[in-house]
Amino acid sequence: MDIILQYPDLFIFLFLVCLGYGAGTWVEKRHYASIKAREEQFLNLPVVTGSKGFFDRPIEKSVLVSGNVVVSIDYFKRLLAILRNIFGGPVKSYESLVDRARREAILRMKDTASQLGADIIVNLRLETAAIGQNANRKRQIGSVEVIAYGTALIYRDT
Amino acid sequence: MRMIFTNIESVPGKTVVEHMGLVQGSTVRAKHVGRDFMASLKNLVGGELKGYTELLQDSREEAMNRMAEQAQKMGANAIVNIRFATSSVAQGAAELFVYGTAVRIE
Repeated sequence: MDIILQYPDLFIFLFLVCLGYGAGTWVEKRHYASIKAREEQFLNLPVVTGSKGFFDRPIEKSVLVSGNVVVSIDYFKRLLAILRNIFGGPVKSYESLVDRARREAILRMKDTASQLGADIIVNLRLETAAIGQNANRKRQIGSVEVIAYGTALIYRDT
Repeated sequence: MRMIFTNIESVPGKTVVEHMGLVQGSTVRAKHVGRDFMASLKNLVGGELKGYTELLQDSREEAMNRMAEQAQKMGANAIVNIRFATSSVAQGAAELFVYGTAVRIE
C-alpha cells in the first residue's frame, strides 16, 4: 500500500495501460464480430469503385449515399505506437484502427443504400482524416474519421 | 423540384443540357466541452466516438445544403461529380468541404 502512495503517477499510468489493453481488446473484438456479421448481410449489394458499364440497364433513380465513422485508439495501443516512433517499422496497432473505421463506414453507406432499395453502388470514394485533440500534433494520432461515399443506382424493374 | 446529387460524371437516365460550373460548400465546426470530455474518456478504451460521428455528419449535411443553395441560385437542378474533403484547421476544429459541378438536366 505504501508503494502506491509513494508513486501515485506510476500506478495511475499502469492502471490506464491495463484498462486500455483490457477494454480496448474487448471493444475491438466485439466491433469486428459485428462488422463480419453485417458484411455477410450486405453481400447481395455490390460496391464498385468504377463508374463505367453500369448504365446499360434502365435506371429509375440515382442517389448520393455516404457513411461516416470516427474511431479512437486505446491507451495501450497509443503507447505501442509512440514506442514504434522511436524504433521505426510497421505500426501494427494502427492497422486495425483504420481497417475497422473503413469497413464500418462502408457498411453504414450500404445500410443507407439498402434502405433506398439500391441495386448497386458505383464510384465508391474513401476519405480519411485525423481529427480530435491530437489532430495537429504530427507524431500522435488519436482518432480517425473515415467517410465512404458513392452513387447508389436503383434499376427499373423490367 | 428536388436537387439530384451524384458523384459520377452524369445523372444516369438523364441528359445534361447545360454546365453551370463549380459549386462548393464548407463548414468549420468545433465540438463543445461536454462532448470533448466524453471523447477524452473514450480515448482511453478506444472504439467509436459517437458524438464526433454525429457532429461531422451534421456539419457535412450543412455544407451540402450550402452547396445546393448556390446551385439553385445558378438555376441548376443537379450536382454531379461531388467530392468530400476534410481538414483540421485548428486544434479541436475541423473543416468539412464539399464541391461539385452544377448542371441542368432533362
